[in-house]
Amino acid sequence: MAITKEQLDAILEKYPAKVAKSRKKHILIKDASQESQIIEANTRTVPGIMTNRGCAYAGCKGVVVGPLKDMIHIVHGPVGCGYYAWGTRRNKAKSEDPTKNFLNYCVSTDMQESDIVFGGEKKLAKVIDEVVETFHPNAISISATCPVGLIGDDINAVARAAQKRHGIPILAFNCEGYKGVSQSAGHHIANNILLDKVIGAGEQEAAPAKFAINILGEYNIGGDGWEIKRTLEEIGYHIVTVMTGDGSYEELKNAHVAELNLVQCHRSINYIAEMLEIKYGTPWLKVNFIGIQSMIETLRNMAIYFNDEALTKKTEEVIARELARIEPVIEQYKKVCNGKTAFCFVGGSRGHHYQGLFAELGIDTVLAGYEFAHRDDYEGRQVLPDIKPDADSKNIPELHVEADEGRFRLKMSPERLEALKKEIPLSNYAGMNIDMAEGKIIVDDINQYETDELIKLLKPDIFASGIKDKYVVQKMGIPAKQLHSYDYSGPYAGFNGAVNFARDVSMGFSSPTWNYIVPPWKNQPLLIGTVTEEGVA
Amino acid sequence: MRQIAIYGKGGIGKSTTTQNTVAALSDAGNKIMVVGCDPKADSTRLLLHGLCQKTVLDTLRDEGDDIDLEEILKPGFQGTMCVESGGPEPGVGCAGRGIITSINLLESLGAYTDDLDFVFYDVLGDVVCGGFAMPIREGKAEEIYIVASGELMALYAANNIAKGIYKYAQTGKVRLGGIICNSRMVANELELLKAFAEELGSQLIYFVPRDNLVQRAEINKKTVIDFEPESNQAQEYRNLAHNIQENKMFVIPKPMTQDRLEELMMQHGFLDAIA
Repeated sequence: MAITKEQLDAILEKYPAKVAKSRKKHILIKDASQESQIIEANTRTVPGIMTNRGCAYAGCKGVVVGPLKDMIHIVHGPVGCGYYAWGTRRNKAKSEDPTKNFLNYCVSTDMQESDIVFGGEKKLAKVIDEVVETFHPNAISISATCPVGLIGDDINAVARAAQKRHGIPILAFNCEGYKGVSQSAGHHIANNILLDKVIGAGEQEAAPAKFAINILGEYNIGGDGWEIKRTLEEIGYHIVTVMTGDGSYEELKNAHVAELNLVQCHRSINYIAEMLEIKYGTPWLKVNFIGIQSMIETLRNMAIYFNDEALTKKTEEVIARELARIEPVIEQYKKVCNGKTAFCFVGGSRGHHYQGLFAELGIDTVLAGYEFAHRDDYEGRQVLPDIKPDADSKNIPELHVEADEGRFRLKMSPERLEALKKEIPLSNYAGMNIDMAEGKIIVDDINQYETDELIKLLKPDIFASGIKDKYVVQKMGIPAKQLHSYDYSGPYAGFNGAVNFARDVSMGFSSPTWNYIVPPWKNQPLLIGTVTEEGVA
Repeated sequence: MRQIAIYGKGGIGKSTTTQNTVAALSDAGNKIMVVGCDPKADSTRLLLHGLCQKTVLDTLRDEGDDIDLEEILKPGFQGTMCVESGGPEPGVGCAGRGIITSINLLESLGAYTDDLDFVFYDVLGDVVCGGFAMPIREGKAEEIYIVASGELMALYAANNIAKGIYKYAQTGKVRLGGIICNSRMVANELELLKAFAEELGSQLIYFVPRDNLVQRAEINKKTVIDFEPESNQAQEYRNLAHNIQENKMFVIPKPMTQDRLEELMMQHGFLDAIA
């Protein structure tokens, strides 16, 4: 089921004129006959609108930096920002040395009123000293929350002094929540520091094994990374580091030795991917480990890149074996899922990544969108030169890197690289929109009102989003699947992940709960009219 | 209890004017509390015959919330009660938040007793942020006096402060009581200040002439009233105090644009001075 332009306009009409004008630019009905459909993204949410978005601190500490397991992540600010980021993102980690996995801890400087008035630098320095003494982490991160920026604590100076005192790397992130329009700003801030201060800090000059890769933008939610690793390592890849799910400072500092960077979440990590290519000559491949076909395509693209007969053979063997194993299991779930429709509004990449998996189960994605993506995540990287920097994006420093004289190395001849780019998505992401079918809705930064109205119009069978809108939607009688945290389940990536996802979604559809809930529109007449002497008015 | 806040450009003489006014009012039998709202904590030096040793925020930092009022509220000249908010060292933390914290603490400690006739807030420079507007927010000072002189920057700051008063007057009871001129001996200063005050819809409540006696008294850590009670300057401050005590004109100011302010200067100040 699709909606018409008139129906969409009727929804927008309820807004004040200025808001309607702004929101209209964030919503598209896919129309392939148009040469380019521009969507506005990464701009400020209209104040008063109930958005799903998070803040820069959430993107920096919560998403990118937080999963690094051998570091202690200090949240500098009042205790709430730390507390609510304590173990809430399900980025799992295991460590061979159990004393070097700190992900279960949450360290906050617990700023009090007097720290605001007199400055929090001394307290921060003290917390660093205590952290070093208690935990002996390999490195420490400091994430600034809003009040730190307001009162001007110089966390960089505190970090420098503490690094000298303790002899371990201490990274300061000026990721105050208000920087930028969403968590996306925090990704960029985190990317800059990790590239500038961590990657390349290791001594290795060459990878210790063949087919060395980094996995970027994979955060091991519900164990996704482990499932991906299982397959990649069996095929013969050597994973140098994962950024950053189950990752570590120790591994990350040698990320420069990889032969290829895989980019899963383009939004949160493309800055590092791009800079690694400039600095070390390592190309990046846009991958998608979600969904069986995407997984297979990713594995084949990787094999094409490395162009090794044995590797290609092993790739096909693993694909064939895994398919034979999981297809019969998926088949039974397809019976439950077939013919259903989904809303898929997630993050900055999952809104795209999950559509293939939904389709494999027979579920049609009728609406998709991102919370904090930029235009390139919708329209593809070719629009990058057209994106004009605004006051918000200029607020985040751009890191300009140059080729590393000692370590820059072309991984193949420029001719082969160019030829490969035509064959596989090398250093390119074509965006979500191109994969969406005609008439489907694409919404950027959807809000509560639009969610309500579009659900009433499109009546999806499942709603894939996050915790903020989950329960409202479930009360409308629609199963909601959190695709940020996977609702205590997972992994959903890779071959086994696809099975888990099929199982969980089928469970959602089959739950007797929905029989007890009557959505509002089932109680209301579809048409309201009165009968008069002349007929129906 | 009348709660009065004194604002004005940094260095204009707010603290001196406030303390001399307070001294005169207290000489006339009023019971007064002075709250210094400047991180430098020098708003009560003349009344206390020396710098306040323990500010609210110092005490809060050193001893936590468990503070006795006696530790921070010190009696000065003629029984005036003096307290300094204090604040962080320059370039650190948030002085504005400090003022909010310390005024809240004074309230919760019961510093605002019913027997007080006046509470004076002496506030640092310009109203740069919400913290420095704390004394004019709901339930605090309802009467504001702005200390100014005939210099452009002093009037510019005064006009800015009027904007702050205008904003808070929309939702609360704060009103402008008048402009106090602390003379810098600028040409046509009296006329200019009168015109400025009228343009704001207010009044020039008093013109305090310049006298070196003020500096001499300050070196001796005293107000003029205390140092040379019989002097002319002491009488000037008594007159100012009297005008404030008897004042009935409280208005929502009409702040002017920068262009209008400069026009006013040309009209009353520079033009005649050049001629």
